[in-house]
Amino acid sequence: MDFISILSVFVLACFVGYYVVWSVTPALHTPLMAVTNAISSVIIVGALVASAEAGSIAAKVLGLLAVVLASVNIFGGFAVTERMLAMYKKKERK
Amino acid sequence: MHELAPVSPFVALAYLIAGVLFILALRGLSSPATSRRGNRMGMVGMAIAVATTLYTHDVASLPEIVGAIIVGGGIGFVIARRIEMTAMPQLVAAFHSLVGLAAVLVGAAAYLNPGAFGILDPLTDEIHNASRIEMGLGVAIGAITFSGSVIAFLKLNGNMSGKPIMLPGRHLINLGTLAAILGLIAYFVTDQSPWVFWTVTALSFVIGFLLIIPIGGADMPVVVSMLNSYSGWAAAAMGFTLGNSAMIITGALVGSSGAILSYIMCKAMNRSFISVIAGGFGAETGGASGGAAAVDRPYKRGSAEDAAFLMKQADSVIIVPGYGMAVSQAQHALREMGDLLKKEGVSVKYAIHPVAGRMPGHMNVLLAEANVPYDEVFELEDINSEFGQADVAFVIGANDVTNPAAKTDKSSPIYGMPILDVANAKSVLFVKRSMGGAGYAGVDNEVFYMDNTMMLLADAKKMVEEIVKGLAH
Repeated sequence: MDFISILSVFVLACFVGYYVVWSVTPALHTPLMAVTNAISSVIIVGALVASAEAGSIAAKVLGLLAVVLASVNIFGGFAVTERMLAMYKKKERK
Repeated sequence: MHELAPVSPFVALAYLIAGVLFILALRGLSSPATSRRGNRMGMVGMAIAVATTLYTHDVASLPEIVGAIIVGGGIGFVIARRIEMTAMPQLVAAFHSLVGLAAVLVGAAAYLNPGAFGILDPLTDEIHNASRIEMGLGVAIGAITFSGSVIAFLKLNGNMSGKPIMLPGRHLINLGTLAAILGLIAYFVTDQSPWVFWTVTALSFVIGFLLIIPIGGADMPVVVSMLNSYSGWAAAAMGFTLGNSAMIITGALVGSSGAILSYIMCKAMNRSFISVIAGGFGAETGGASGGAAAVDRPYKRGSAEDAAFLMKQADSVIIVPGYGMAVSQAQHALREMGDLLKKEGVSVKYAIHPVAGRMPGHMNVLLAEANVPYDEVFELEDINSEFGQADVAFVIGANDVTNPAAKTDKSSPIYGMPILDVANAKSVLFVKRSMGGAGYAGVDNEVFYMDNTMMLLADAKKMVEEIVKGLAH
């Protein structure tokens, strides 16, 4: 992709983000932070590229380290969001 | 400008689908009913992004990579299972720091092995100019996210005082460091030698630290949201370097999400973003102005039995929880109290101020944990007019968010902040540990001294448990 296409994707995604986030109910702002945290670990894609490619041992080690950190976040972030969301109930359990 | 490794349309499509699934994950959060399905979509999106990346690259390192994912994933999963809901702000700060550090590591790996990321100019064998800027920005934002989040974590976790730490001349130091970082990133375009790259990284770690230490406990909701936003921008910058649409879409989503949350928090405190960043709010906690006046003025003190009696007679009670409820873990006892009152035919509602607690939505999660149905929990603008008809406002561990000085006293540091009008209720029950401390803003609260206010001075959880006993017989 050339720079302008990438930039277009970015700018449009900012607008999508703006409207989607305003529609999130304030009661779920904590899960929102937890889940955005999990998905921002998509940076693992870069870490995987660094770990998979030959060429530099140092880059590979850094990449693997980044894979570990991002995985903590991905699994931890989604799991804790799931746990929180499961607690929101409408009617009383009696 | 970019000449990235040729990407098959299938691969680009897979990343796009991952990006769309992330959008749907956030969309699901518009209501608790759809939220869990949204979260699952996020998981699927992440699985697609990871699988696609592995599929398109050499599999020689697959064992190490799978090992790294299992180790990291295992740690994350165990933490997520075990963490106390009251510790959620710390956990989110800690997770932010990991995203930041991962971004720095990926940036450093891209710098050391640019060929792997397809950012080398085939003619000169140097890194593309545009990629250098993206890489520099990504590493800088990542490093700021990391060190800033570490400080936020230490403050929220109580390892470090929540009081702002003010260095002399800090604005000058911060602006200087920031200018140096930006200057060096610009210089990086003309000279890609290692010292430039590593100096940018080091200075960014330092500025992240310097930016957060002067910010006090009460401003933490803004800080946590802001760091959330930064972690997104760091991912987006790395997405530019890799030309990866999933990373760019996600980065933009997370970046705007954090920015909007910061804006909502600032508005709920009537403070400008700049003044929060400048720090120092709450420095005067327990200072002469508030503290001295508080000691001398007469107030009414009540017991748990008095409170139980008063609420039993009431038709409607509105409960206003704050950070103090989280600290003493009073949410379960509070729900029990609510249940007993409902049995007596009392209408019970909860009123949440946007900045109650230490992160956006903090109180809602704690009440949900204690099994309070979410349709009994209301936001400030939806319930504020109801205090006038309420018999009892039960304030537990909240202070500044109920302080009428925000409306009346122009000299008050919280002037202009929207508040919950508890003073309009027929009577106010105010649970507070002691009369000494005067909230995080360090301002005295007129509500304490009103004729219709009864102060319940005790630990929040103990007091509520006593009231539950009083209601039970």
